[in-house]
Amino acid sequence: MSKLVIDGVSRTFPGVGGGKPTEALQPVSLTVADNDFITVLGPSGCGKSTLLRIVAGLDAPTSGRVLLDGAPVTGPGADRGMVFQSYTLFPWLTVQENIRFGLRERGLDAAAQADVAARYIAKVGLEGFEHHHPKMLSGGMQQRTAIARALANDPKILLLDEPFGALDHQTRGLMQELLLSIWEVERKTVLFVTHDIEEAVFMANRVVVMTARPGRIKADVPVPLPHPRHYTLKTTPAFSALKARLTEDIRGEALKVAALPG
Amino acid sequence: MRPLTPVPPGRKAALGLAFFVLFVIAWGIATFGGFVSRTFLADPLTMAREGYALFAQHGFARDVAITIWRVLGGFVLAAALAVPLGIAMGAYKPVEAFFEPFVSFARYLPASAFIPLLILWAGIGEMQKLLVIFIGSFFQIVLMVAVQVGATRRDLVEAAYTLGATSRSVVRRVLLPSAAPAIAETLRLVLGWAWTYVIVAELIGASSGIGHMITDSQALLNTGQIIFGIIVIGVIGLVSDFLFKWANQRLFPWSLS
Repeated sequence: MSKLVIDGVSRTFPGVGGGKPTEALQPVSLTVADNDFITVLGPSGCGKSTLLRIVAGLDAPTSGRVLLDGAPVTGPGADRGMVFQSYTLFPWLTVQENIRFGLRERGLDAAAQADVAARYIAKVGLEGFEHHHPKMLSGGMQQRTAIARALANDPKILLLDEPFGALDHQTRGLMQELLLSIWEVERKTVLFVTHDIEEAVFMANRVVVMTARPGRIKADVPVPLPHPRHYTLKTTPAFSALKARLTEDIRGEALKVAALPG
Repeated sequence: MRPLTPVPPGRKAALGLAFFVLFVIAWGIATFGGFVSRTFLADPLTMAREGYALFAQHGFARDVAITIWRVLGGFVLAAALAVPLGIAMGAYKPVEAFFEPFVSFARYLPASAFIPLLILWAGIGEMQKLLVIFIGSFFQIVLMVAVQVGATRRDLVEAAYTLGATSRSVVRRVLLPSAAPAIAETLRLVLGWAWTYVIVAELIGASSGIGHMITDSQALLNTGQIIFGIIVIGVIGLVSDFLFKWANQRLFPWSLS
């Protein structure tokens, strides 16, 4: 069944200082099935983050609507967990307190909060760092905590906005495997935004390619690679073929953004 | 010397102390050397003797205690009302739109210029002294706290919303802890200013306090006592500043770089 329905969602930002309005997103329609892992791939500035923010309820669409389990999205809520590209752990809270933030908001008692937090700290491999503050952690560890914080809330869907964009290449590869291994167990519905082609293919069951601004959906490519996935998958012919196809799709869009001759 | 290269802690302390020593030496040369008339500037030894006499014979400790009480009283009163108002203004934009223009105007009203009015309204008792400090501190704290709360990182607020936070808990669990170190720093700064207001308040229409002692000494041309009074204020300011910094470091270790 379809978990998330994005129905003709567009977004136009009003002009600044009497300037022309900016059309960030042309009407986009997309359906996400329950337990599916979808990546949204597009060049920078294509409106893919705007789309994700609208699903999260942090921004309102100019037209169209978003339905989660059939109910329209009107604002942010705990049923849609989000991991941001910037480090958004609360700096005054420890790793464990950050993960408990949403649980406490729901009114769970302290023992239950600690229980859930411990489970997710183990899942992202941060045992021993429970009482560290974010500034004492590396970027990768901060994003692992952010993923644990979002998952601990047991959202219906997990939204990720280039969560590994600020990490170095090696760390990014490890984080992809970690997130995928968690997904293979939990089968949470995931919408993952990225500009990295390899990441988009490796993570997803379906890659949605977006055009340059104003963004709309250019292609919807299934990724029929088996789970569990291992990093060695990235060097197989099947993976390379998909990557080659998406590279063609995205290159034309990137050229438009860079305003270079094709 | 290379720009921005840090100094080892021991050397830093020595350098800081060295200036105090040089300052006293220069003062000694100017006065003992006869370059400045004793009528205008007492020498360091006379100043120390007068300072001892103030405590030993004139009950100066009571003046110091009264002045500290006035500063803290007025400051705590101002902070207790200004911090919540500043938080409300920083968090809720209609509240800010309502108060901000008036508060911005009021903070430029010089507290010392209110003294004649306050004497008229509140007499020359303690209430008048507290009100001078209150007026001098309240509006400054309100504005700075409002700015600090309003400057909370938007992505942290958004993260809180996606974790199911309500508007109320965003204020309580994100805006407040996020702005707390900056608010504490503001209070430290304003407490320093409160010290200048209290002395002005005591120079006019007071029968006790450090400022009152200074006006009395002026009538007797006792520059030693005046300088001693000024130094006492400086030392108390330094100590309170140090305590504030220490407390802030203990309370908000996460905010240190």
